[in-house]
Amino acid sequence: MSQFYTSTDHFVLIPGIMLALFGCAVLLFDFLVFPAPKQRKWLLLFVALGEAFTGYGLWRQQAFLAANGIPEITAFQGALTIDGFSLFFNWVFIAAALLVAIVSYRYLEIEGEHHGEYYALILLSQCGMFFLAAGTDLVTLFVGLELMALSFYIMVGFLRRDKRSNEAALKYLLLGAFSSGFLAYGFSLMYGMAGSTRLREVTAALASRDPWDPVLFVAGVTTSVGLLFKISVVPFHMWAPDAYEGAPTTVTAYLSVASKAASFAFLLRIFLGPLAAAREVWEPLLVVVAVATLTVGNFAALTQTNVKRMLAYSSISHAGYMLLGLIAGNDTGIQGIAVYVLVYTFMNLGAFLVVVALRRQDIIGEDVDDMAGLIHKSPGYAVLMLIFLLSLAGIPPTAGFLGKYYIFLSLIQTGHYVLAVIATLYVALAIYYYFRIVRSMFAGEVADKMPLASSFGLRVALTVSGVLTLWIGVYPEPFLRLAQTSLLR
Amino acid sequence: MDRHLLSIVLFAPLAGLLVLLLIPSSNRTLIRVWANVAAFAGFLVSLPLVFRFDKSAAGFQFVESMDWIPSLGVKYAIGIDGISLLLVMLTTVVGFLAILSSWSAIDTHVKEYYAMFLLQQTGIIGVFVALDFFLFYVFWEVVLVPMYFIIGVWGGPRKLYAAIKFFLYTVAGSVLMLLGILTLYFQHYQQFGFYTFEIAELMKLNLPLGLERWVFWAFFIGFAIKVPMFPFHTWLPDAHVEAPTAGSVILASILLKMGTYGFIRFSLPLLPKASIDQTIVGVLAALSIVAIIYGAMVSLMQQDWKKLVAYSSVSHLGFCTLGIFALNPNGIAGSVIQQINHGISTGMLFLIIGIVYERRHTREIAEYGGLGHVMPRYATVFAIAMLSSAGLPLLNGFIGEFTILQGAFEANRAWAGFAVVGVVLGAAYLLWLYQRTILGQVTNAKNLHLPDLNLREMAVFLPLIAWAIWIGVYPKPYFDVLEKPVQQIVERVRPGYYQAGTANARAAAPHSPSAALEGGSR
Repeated sequence: MSQFYTSTDHFVLIPGIMLALFGCAVLLFDFLVFPAPKQRKWLLLFVALGEAFTGYGLWRQQAFLAANGIPEITAFQGALTIDGFSLFFNWVFIAAALLVAIVSYRYLEIEGEHHGEYYALILLSQCGMFFLAAGTDLVTLFVGLELMALSFYIMVGFLRRDKRSNEAALKYLLLGAFSSGFLAYGFSLMYGMAGSTRLREVTAALASRDPWDPVLFVAGVTTSVGLLFKISVVPFHMWAPDAYEGAPTTVTAYLSVASKAASFAFLLRIFLGPLAAAREVWEPLLVVVAVATLTVGNFAALTQTNVKRMLAYSSISHAGYMLLGLIAGNDTGIQGIAVYVLVYTFMNLGAFLVVVALRRQDIIGEDVDDMAGLIHKSPGYAVLMLIFLLSLAGIPPTAGFLGKYYIFLSLIQTGHYVLAVIATLYVALAIYYYFRIVRSMFAGEVADKMPLASSFGLRVALTVSGVLTLWIGVYPEPFLRLAQTSLLR
Repeated sequence: MDRHLLSIVLFAPLAGLLVLLLIPSSNRTLIRVWANVAAFAGFLVSLPLVFRFDKSAAGFQFVESMDWIPSLGVKYAIGIDGISLLLVMLTTVVGFLAILSSWSAIDTHVKEYYAMFLLQQTGIIGVFVALDFFLFYVFWEVVLVPMYFIIGVWGGPRKLYAAIKFFLYTVAGSVLMLLGILTLYFQHYQQFGFYTFEIAELMKLNLPLGLERWVFWAFFIGFAIKVPMFPFHTWLPDAHVEAPTAGSVILASILLKMGTYGFIRFSLPLLPKASIDQTIVGVLAALSIVAIIYGAMVSLMQQDWKKLVAYSSVSHLGFCTLGIFALNPNGIAGSVIQQINHGISTGMLFLIIGIVYERRHTREIAEYGGLGHVMPRYATVFAIAMLSSAGLPLLNGFIGEFTILQGAFEANRAWAGFAVVGVVLGAAYLLWLYQRTILGQVTNAKNLHLPDLNLREMAVFLPLIAWAIWIGVYPKPYFDVLEKPVQQIVERVRPGYYQAGTANARAAAPHSPSAALEGGSR
């Protein structure tokens, strides 16, 4: 190992290497070993192996941190940092990627688009997420972001014969590229002010400036635009409903949880790092953004009849709640975002997976009415969906309540009482549209007799999501401890 | 066994529910039998609470406490005092009778129906026994979901509208209450350096009056919607009218008491300064009086039997809240007793409606008349329920209303004056209802051959009638049980109330936040 690639660098990079390696391996094996469509299921094995190795790498890093009692390991002269924060988010990515991968084969077969590249893209996008969560260098972060985003552009348009999917992909690509441009512009200004791309040095350089310094202001605004686009908050949310609705449902599930989690990790690194100096400038702006997000997300969701679109708006409003944690900005708030991301992953994924099960040959199954009478047809799915929806609505004892609990508490601790009241009232409003689905499932007449498209993978993924959503709600202690370790600095 | 008695009472219905889930849904008889057995067992295990309860002891009894979520300072802490004891017993008794009354009324999704009731029982008991605010909140919200389904699945024609209205109203209130809880939680951390949700710990707080007022209003919204106090009552008629009979019974008899219980258990002791604040007391008393009179007047107007009883609940609960905010021993003790009474009488009235509804499938008062000739036993039971609800001496309602009026009179004579109007109106709409439905000649041919109460139906009413007479004739045990806890609350809100009758002594008494904790240590 040379001075440019030390053993520490290697140790830190392992999860990223594994994801990239197995991603490429999937492409190769798909092409050389499993040419027949029927055999493509076996590619799941590679995904599982890839995640196992990634997980092992993360686990060793976690053990190393714990054994030596140090908060972080940095590598590549500070371009990558493994700390509780990056580890926490990477665990979330692994969970999301695995759960999505195991439900996809049946779904893609029904859609008639079961290709090996899909699994490669899942792994490659996750590789990008790894760098987003662990990166502490503007360039590393940007490359990670683009790797993730490019993979998603393809996945959103994966149903190449479907008009909606194509439209969604194009829209997402155009707007995404646009926002990346803003982000890159902001980063270049930061580099100009600091003379370095390392976050630590950028942070130090920006901290010495006046918060209202015009260059810092422009850098802050352009960077924020890029970041806020990625987490899809108002007014940069336009792409989300279309992309969510048009994308294959499994991809929607993955996009809505993993991409959002990674983007939040990225956002926190930037806002609590370089931009921390300008807090007084962006905090009021974020307050406006958060309130607008809650308002638009919740009100727009009220009238949706397409479940995917409704969940898209609901996920916009959830991003609003998470932003409130950043506005509060104390330890509770940041920990709250981590907890929120964790519970959101399982509950939102679970809700989308039920929609996946409703997609059958000749039945699109995305309307609220398609859920009608689900309790009579498939009681298990209906009860699981109820759990996910209660959790999304934040009703204890489900996991979703914990996320909201932290956010509300952080707002109270920092004296944002008015924001807290607004946020709580939107909880009540949100129940209205979540319960439209509940009403349809439990009080409606059975819409169609065709059984749900169930598969072993889907049942496993749903059970895991359901159990975790309840478990985190009823006995959250271990998960809260994990989230505590994720505090930045 | 004794150490975990309360936990057993709390989780018995849940255990019954788990067994119920194992029974195949095709076997309806077994499901019905088991649900009744489980509910009755829930009542039986709660009986030892009565016998082992030490009414001379102050503070909470049967206390259990252990860590639940240490990183948030949340504990599984439960215990009861006299107030909770009465409400828990009301829950186990009425809960069982409600389940018993559904035997023939429900024939769709029978298993799910009983599952919801059993889940709800655990939720409600949890609300009444929780000594940790977080735990309380969890149970408070848990109760909503089964009630939503009971109304929304087994209800009347507008069931979905009524169910979601009920849910939205209550959640809107309870999330604001959550903000109040979190404020106390955080204030406690600032004053004492550690996070806890335990009621006993939170009582040590000494907050500035301004903040206490805000928290009080936050709690108020949560509790007032549940009670429901005027003007938050609009969900109640809808929910009652659409709910199936047993759902209405639980809703009126027990669920509404969660709100008044909240005021007594949390608002008063945790926020003593705000609770005696002139403006707040004035507003609350005014709203209570409006509820009493408005509820009664609207009842007079109703054509729908069930709606009439629903609005009468608004009126009766107005008495309960008026008693609480009289802030003296008579008012509060009377309020608790009236809550029990309302649970018994209104529960009976809803069951009575359910009986004829099951036979005729209409609730229009005009459809009935002269039922006394066809159903003599029914008429007798109805007469007792009606008189107990109207507050006839020697029946339970009289005791509650009388004590509350005493308390109100002591606090402010005008309040008592207004409240008496409510009593009169109450007698009016109930007697008129009785006259229109039971007395006179049978005017509708469809009513000529209605079967009278059968044995199971009698079995539902007899315990409630016996209970109503017991409270009416010999209420002393109830007042005994309530004496200590009420004393603590009054002492907490108005320190020195008991020491001297003179205003001087009251003003001079030092404000000691922890006095109520050790309880009656005077």
